[in-house]
Amino acid sequence: MIAELEIKNLTVSFDGFKAVDDLTFSVEHEELRVVIGPNGAGKTTLLDLICGKTRPTGGSIRFKGRELSRMQENSIVRQGVGRKFQTPSVYPKLTVFENLEISFPRGRGVWGSLFFKQSEDVRERIREVARDTYLSDHLHTSAEHLSHGQKQWLEIGMVLIADPKLMLLDEPVAGMSVRERQQTADLLQRICRGRSVVVIEHDMNFVKQIAHKVTVMHQGKMLVEGSMDEIQANEKVREVYLGH
Amino acid sequence: MHTLYNRALGGRSGTVGLALLCVLLFLIFPLALDNFRLNMMSKYLSYAFVAIGLVLCWGNGGILSLGQGLFWGFGGYCMAAFLKLEAARNIAAESGSDQIRALTTVGLPDFMDWNQITSLPYIWYPFKSFSLTILLVFVVPTLLAYIIGTAMFRRRVGGVYFALITQALCWIMEISFVTRQGWTGGINGITDLRTCLGWDIRTKSAQIILYFLTCGLLIGCILIGRFILSSKLGRILVAMRDGEDRVRFSGYSVSKLKTFIFCVAAAMSALGGALFALNVGFMSPKLVTIEPSIYMVIFCAVGGRNSLIGAVYGAILVSYGKTYFSEMFPNLWYFLMGGVFILVTRFFPDGLAGAVDYLGPMLGRKLFSWIGRAQANFPAAVVPIPVEANEGR
Repeated sequence: MIAELEIKNLTVSFDGFKAVDDLTFSVEHEELRVVIGPNGAGKTTLLDLICGKTRPTGGSIRFKGRELSRMQENSIVRQGVGRKFQTPSVYPKLTVFENLEISFPRGRGVWGSLFFKQSEDVRERIREVARDTYLSDHLHTSAEHLSHGQKQWLEIGMVLIADPKLMLLDEPVAGMSVRERQQTADLLQRICRGRSVVVIEHDMNFVKQIAHKVTVMHQGKMLVEGSMDEIQANEKVREVYLGH
Repeated sequence: MHTLYNRALGGRSGTVGLALLCVLLFLIFPLALDNFRLNMMSKYLSYAFVAIGLVLCWGNGGILSLGQGLFWGFGGYCMAAFLKLEAARNIAAESGSDQIRALTTVGLPDFMDWNQITSLPYIWYPFKSFSLTILLVFVVPTLLAYIIGTAMFRRRVGGVYFALITQALCWIMEISFVTRQGWTGGINGITDLRTCLGWDIRTKSAQIILYFLTCGLLIGCILIGRFILSSKLGRILVAMRDGEDRVRFSGYSVSKLKTFIFCVAAAMSALGGALFALNVGFMSPKLVTIEPSIYMVIFCAVGGRNSLIGAVYGAILVSYGKTYFSEMFPNLWYFLMGGVFILVTRFFPDGLAGAVDYLGPMLGRKLFSWIGRAQANFPAAVVPIPVEANEGR
């Protein structure tokens, strides 16, 4: 089977420090992959590299056969790659509705956005995504007044509304209550139908719940890859997490 | 029709604000002010164009430009160049005497004579035509803004660095205009402008007509601004101001959007500059350098950097304050102006518009409760106050 996302020999160094070091890994269609690893393992940097926020020093990132590593950020988004950041970055002064509207993948050019018409299908899609992300009751709330967990959901919704083929989620349940975590797990199960998802997460219970496959990173390299049970049984992983 | 009402006029509250401004500009000022003061008002209003542009690019887009005088100046110089050529042609035609012809080059602006320039420089050629001049008034500053914008925003230059660069550009413009005396009139600028297409712009009636023209175009710019801000683009601008990366990763080209709004602001400024040249009858490098550019930002800050209409009031009030304080307290006026700025920014960080937004509903509630008490005596007359629904835009 041909992988959707293929990363080969990816390296990035910041002043000689290799944050990601000769990494090779791939994600298949409809797969939900979780990347774990201790702090500084290069997880967030990996997502930055895929979505174009950071430029690689070497190696290749191919998505559906297209090379992403030299594209502009907005072009990468238009290839179908969506990114949710670690700290929820939503637009505080705009309402949930407006946040989702801006993320709607139409009218992205200067003139397109100037003459963008908020037609019924747009509104319907916004309501649908708000329902999926448990925000139906807050459509007209200013995003700055949402709880931390709701901001996380909103950002997931903002990525989701563009219907990306690859979603990159950086710590989607950080700061969430137990109940919210459960809801988010349900959400992710639904999301990964029809697309691939890469999640970075620290919460092992949550990882166990959602992951199809887990990749463990350590010092910019891949340590092991496998099912959650395999990972938990792995000696090297125990060493990395507990040995320090 | 309904969308036009909502988008360009800004719904009910927007229409009321705009109507009040129109009454003030088209009715109260022309009736209350004498000719001299009305002409001063035209001058203030020509700065308001810059303030409106700044509301778009700074207040909403988060791009602080301390060099809007650059675009205002290019607009003004383009217009002044046309008027100067016409004045020069007329002087040549009026003076029948051979003596003058022997001393000057016929049809050449006077300052070129003084600088031993004997034929019109090529860059002055387009300004022989009125329609080409009008085109250049917009094209030159907008193109300049496009180049600056593309160069800066592509490289992600923003915030304070961008502000400093625009300020430096302003200074460069002043220096180059002062030093290229023969082409630009040097430090004196382009003076003694007389007629526009044969119409004497110095007469009282012309000044009144130009005042109304300025007001009309100003309202036009406000409507364009409203249209932009009420579009999705307007929301993206606010979004960009608060979280540039998120916008980028929603698939937008941040640099293109920023360049666009910067160009719009430049074009509006240029229109203001051109009207200044018509209203006041001269153009000088001292009007386009750093200090006036900072004043333009202050107009916007005092008026409220998020409010298009507020910016107009800001420009009028600060400019009027400048005139008033300098007439009444020639020694103290800088301090008084400074005091006003400190007070406004200290107590109303969102400017006058913010103060109105804050105090308006409070006064409104007091008024309604007073009406409510009055009506309580006549229960039959109680009318429910309609609450305006604000579903979607």
